[in-house]
Amino acid sequence: MTLKRTPLYQSHVDAGAKIVDFSGWQMPIHYGSQLEEHHAVRQSAGVFDVSHMNVVDLHGDGSKVLLQYLLANDVARLKIPGKALYSCMLTESGGIIDDLIVYYMDDEKYRVILNAGTHDKDMVWINAQLNDFPDVVLAERPDLAMLAVQGPLAIEKFSSLLSDKAADRVAELAVFQACEIDEMFISRTGYTGEDGLELILPGDDAVDLWQQLMMVDVKPAGLGARDTLRLEAGMALYGLDMDETTSPLVSGLGWTVAWQPEARDFIGREALSAAKQNGLAQRMVGLLLTGRGVLRSHQQVQFSDGSKGKITSGSYSPTLARSIALARVPSDVKIGDRCEVDIRGRLISAIVVKYPFVRHGQARIETEQT
Amino acid sequence: MSNVPQELKYTKSHEWVLAGEGGQATIGITDYAQELLGDMVFIELPEIDKELDAGDECSVVESVKAASDVYAPIAGRVVAINEKLADTPELINEDPYGEGWMFRLQIEDVSELDGLMDADAYEAIEGDE
Repeated sequence: MTLKRTPLYQSHVDAGAKIVDFSGWQMPIHYGSQLEEHHAVRQSAGVFDVSHMNVVDLHGDGSKVLLQYLLANDVARLKIPGKALYSCMLTESGGIIDDLIVYYMDDEKYRVILNAGTHDKDMVWINAQLNDFPDVVLAERPDLAMLAVQGPLAIEKFSSLLSDKAADRVAELAVFQACEIDEMFISRTGYTGEDGLELILPGDDAVDLWQQLMMVDVKPAGLGARDTLRLEAGMALYGLDMDETTSPLVSGLGWTVAWQPEARDFIGREALSAAKQNGLAQRMVGLLLTGRGVLRSHQQVQFSDGSKGKITSGSYSPTLARSIALARVPSDVKIGDRCEVDIRGRLISAIVVKYPFVRHGQARIETEQT
Repeated sequence: MSNVPQELKYTKSHEWVLAGEGGQATIGITDYAQELLGDMVFIELPEIDKELDAGDECSVVESVKAASDVYAPIAGRVVAINEKLADTPELINEDPYGEGWMFRLQIEDVSELDGLMDADAYEAIEGDE
């Protein structure tokens, strides 16, 4: 299989990127220092090429009803054009096929952003549900590029490239709200815990926008920094923190399941209801390592009563200068509980904390409590 | 291209060895290795006086990305460790052959040094990976 490249591939190479294979794409992991890129996003502004993500436009009569059935969150909550909703797409048994963002354009038009790594199975699944909705048309948009401009100065720097009128529209965007200016779809969303925008535009325009962002001192940031930023922000990553064997209820994503109205049937609803009624055995918590080392996914967590959990994703937190993790643990585990993590055969102390760990540049947990 | 100083010896697992006076050798990881791993965040060093055999796992270098074992290139007793790495692991990124040294061994058998690769041989394997 040949690896795919985004329209910005050469821009990455020119910026000194180390390129890695990511879900079949040649993507920048960093441009020299992942830590510096992380700090740039927390303190100023960085730009990520996320053109590998799968943009799918849905239109036609029945689009709304289809999405109400396909997604665990309810698109009927979206009433303002451009408004976004985060949702899981579930199997019948309540496992997560993918997590996604859906934008409402009008009752017959939606835009869905899915993960790159799940592209093929997502499309098979969605197409299979289309049988009952003959008027809904799916259009994948490989012609589009997507840039995430993130950080406390992201909107200001990006807006300096716009006309006053366009900048005013961007300034008015509420969180989780998008607008379209000329051919650019501009959304106040992100995956870093900082303010910022995600920009979807014709692939042919991407290099030009990238270069303009460089001119206003927005730093290129790679997938490495994207991962430590989202982990600090307590945002789940598909494939690690959730997959088809775990439901949103044990993945820290119970809040994304719309139980009301009760009459709305969605794929996985029955399984989730049953699981909830039987009582959930596990839940997601944050961990802060108090001993020395680095938490990583798949490491085992042990509690004093002998019960065990597992780290779903862990890393070093550049903002806290400590190691942090998301972990799936027995549901009776409480914030503040002590535990030990098996790091390559040694038991290292950690403490259960509430996540997010960092939001808007500020630590949300007390690292001195330990 | 990474930096491969001529005066050092190397291993396939990307450690460098500087033979010093009195049968001692200083050990670290190569520029190529640090670049591959990325920003270092945690370094675990061997204990002083620990006796190591050639090939023993004796340290861990952990970057934001991943943990990687460091092996003893030759047999010997640990006589010094670079304590600065506890608070400033990034020294390995900044100066892998200098300030980023990891530990020093009192070598058991100095002739073992001859079994290590020279700079040219090491440069030749870097490209293979």
